[in-house]
Amino acid sequence: MSSTTTQSTYQPKTNVGKITNYVDSRVGGSGIVKEFGRKIFPDHWTFMFGEVALYSFVILLLSGTFLTFFFDPSMAETHYEGSYIPLRGVEMSEAYATALNISFDVRGGLFMRQVHHWSALLFVAAVSVHMLRVFFTGAFRRPRELNWVVGCVLLILAMAAGFTGYSLPDDLLSGNGLRIIDGVIKAVPVVGTYISFFLFGGEFPGTVVIPRLYVLHILLIPAIILLMIVIHLFMVVTHKHTQFPGPGRTNDNVVGFPVGPVYAAKAGGFFFIVFGIIAAISAAFTINPIWNYGPYDPSPVSAGTQPDWYIGWVDGALRLMPGWIAGIPLEWNIPMPWGVNTLSLNVLLPALVPAGIVFTLMFAWPWIESWLTKDKREHHLLDRPRNAPFRTAVGVSGVVFYCVMWAAASSDLIATHFFVSLNDVTYWLRVLFFVGPIIGFMVAQRIALALQRKDREIALHGRETGRIVRLPHGEFIEVHEPLDEYKRYNLVNYESHSVLPAEADVNGHVTRTEKARGRLSRFFFEDRVAPVTPAELEAAHSHGHHDAIAEQHDKAAVSK
Amino acid sequence: MKALSQRRRHPLAAVALLLIGLLFTGGVYALASSTNEAKAQTFSADQVDEGEKLFVANCATCHGMGAVGSENGPSLVGVGAASVDFQVGTGRMPMQMQGPQAQVKPPQFDDEQTMQMAAYVASLGAGPAIPGEDMLDTSDADPANGGVVFRVNCAMCHNAAAAGGALTRGKYAPALSGSTAKHTYEAMVTGPQNMPVFSDANITPEDKRDVIAFLETIDEQGSPGGADLGSLGPVSEGLFIWVAGLGVIIAFTVWLTARSS
Repeated sequence: MSSTTTQSTYQPKTNVGKITNYVDSRVGGSGIVKEFGRKIFPDHWTFMFGEVALYSFVILLLSGTFLTFFFDPSMAETHYEGSYIPLRGVEMSEAYATALNISFDVRGGLFMRQVHHWSALLFVAAVSVHMLRVFFTGAFRRPRELNWVVGCVLLILAMAAGFTGYSLPDDLLSGNGLRIIDGVIKAVPVVGTYISFFLFGGEFPGTVVIPRLYVLHILLIPAIILLMIVIHLFMVVTHKHTQFPGPGRTNDNVVGFPVGPVYAAKAGGFFFIVFGIIAAISAAFTINPIWNYGPYDPSPVSAGTQPDWYIGWVDGALRLMPGWIAGIPLEWNIPMPWGVNTLSLNVLLPALVPAGIVFTLMFAWPWIESWLTKDKREHHLLDRPRNAPFRTAVGVSGVVFYCVMWAAASSDLIATHFFVSLNDVTYWLRVLFFVGPIIGFMVAQRIALALQRKDREIALHGRETGRIVRLPHGEFIEVHEPLDEYKRYNLVNYESHSVLPAEADVNGHVTRTEKARGRLSRFFFEDRVAPVTPAELEAAHSHGHHDAIAEQHDKAAVSK
Repeated sequence: MKALSQRRRHPLAAVALLLIGLLFTGGVYALASSTNEAKAQTFSADQVDEGEKLFVANCATCHGMGAVGSENGPSLVGVGAASVDFQVGTGRMPMQMQGPQAQVKPPQFDDEQTMQMAAYVASLGAGPAIPGEDMLDTSDADPANGGVVFRVNCAMCHNAAAAGGALTRGKYAPALSGSTAKHTYEAMVTGPQNMPVFSDANITPEDKRDVIAFLETIDEQGSPGGADLGSLGPVSEGLFIWVAGLGVIIAFTVWLTARSS
């Protein structure tokens, strides 16, 4: 109603104003701008990784579109006649030949290829770091559980987009990668061979897989990613952004800058910064030099064949798996009524189990945590990682688990570059595969608890100044400087979960899952550092305290 | 013909057949292996004598007097001059210490001394000779064919970009950048360390030249796309984007969210 009155009375004076008014009176954009422009986002450097991922994705779309103009995803045979001498006259697929042409005969083509590939690596890296930030600060808690799930789906899609793209040039490296995927598919009992033949249109490598991967890579996967990004961002707007606790920052407000003009400018500028960084890297550092690898041919395998980093952990798991354990082979030929079926656990287990564990825990974690803590409240304030030792420990444990497999994917390079035996690298990583996550859990939990104790100490007794004072009766003391209220607020204002023993339900019966929850709760929350209470603070600052004289001295020093 | 068939059950028929068979395979082998045999290379008696002195002083501790080998080193009878030229010329021999594999280091002997030792070892038994200039001439070689041969025969250990790779138990295939044509050729015909021998029946001398031409081409052209990050493939690329790429981006995020005070 008010807008119609505005329309009739408001007469813009400038040309820009007239055009804006013309558009606004027809599509009503000002309401959205007014609403969205006043949206507040809190400021913290760790909040920007999601943006980095989004910008990398935009750069991927732009550079990828350029590449489609010159790339022919065909496995038809041809002989290379381009300008790269060491491959002249070599038989290869159209896909590889056009990828070489992009690199050597299309103006700016190599740069665009490198922009595309570097931003793909950055995309998945930024998604991962963003997820780690969300996890370690507890930003996935109610009401954001579903957005966490959308984020997990985005991570898997990003990996899928990366892998399908990695396979497209049809060079030796990507062909070896596809061969591994083919092996994993064929390891699926009974139906594996059929799925493989279905995917590759016959025996590997066939002539159809590159065009099929191309359709997935440039159409289906980016479209789903785009849809998921829209849902993801829509939910961010609906939920509002989380913030770290601080004076004036509560569960019911958001302290920060509005989108317009501050954030719009910052975010827009940041896009160009990310683009600039990727462009600088692409101009100076080569990535995936496909001309080195030669055309794909199932017979050669190059030393140092690895997937891109985000698939590395699955490759590493395959490398770690022994073919025999204690004299027992992990590959069996099982006679069936219709013939013999092979069960290759040596491929199936490492390919599916670690990834299954990681993804299951990742998707389910928001619900696991709220079940464990019985905390179903809304949380808009983040946890400092040290203030949630159990979650930090679980997260570090998962990161170690991932990194052990990740390291295993480069076991050969570790061996050659640090002059150690490849076999020993594999044995040690096998041990770390099981022991590493446990050590990671314990160490992270202890560090978090120790940091909490340190915070508590500082909150109660102030900062150590390093000033040593000799008292009249000869005693030496160090002067502690009390914190100002703002700093102390950050150290005392957090929640600490304590053990919740198993409780009986309405029928007075303690279920088995509830008992398990009680045990887990004891395991996770038995060691805790409680936040400083006002009473404790009062006591610490009172004159009866052992530091009383120092405190007095200190106050005198401050009041001067 | 009838006479032959009548004697087919003669008690000595089996022996005769065995003899014929042995002669035939032996003859074929001699014929085939002669393709691998050294081209006539002449060393003077003086070189052999000097080489023996050097050998006794520097090599015999492990390889034994007369190069017959000991428990610390293999026999060198029949390894040929090429093997000595490769091992000593690249500094691998004499070894600094026993280990999974002889390491490259600055050569201990000059060319003349190396030749003398090669002459001595060559005098002990026939083996691959040091390739002459004509065998290493890559002016009309085909690097593209060399690339194909390299990918099929060499890349599984030396990496498709010849950047090297790991083998079992601390052994490794070295990076080939900077290796001379002569040493590359000698490595193919002698199979040093853990490398298999690529005889002339396996890879023809022309293909060997092509491989050398391929290695020279990729060495000369450098990296068209910018710094090659060690030609180690996705591992160094991943490491780079996590450390350098994300590092720079984090620096910018900190800058962007810093309060101006």
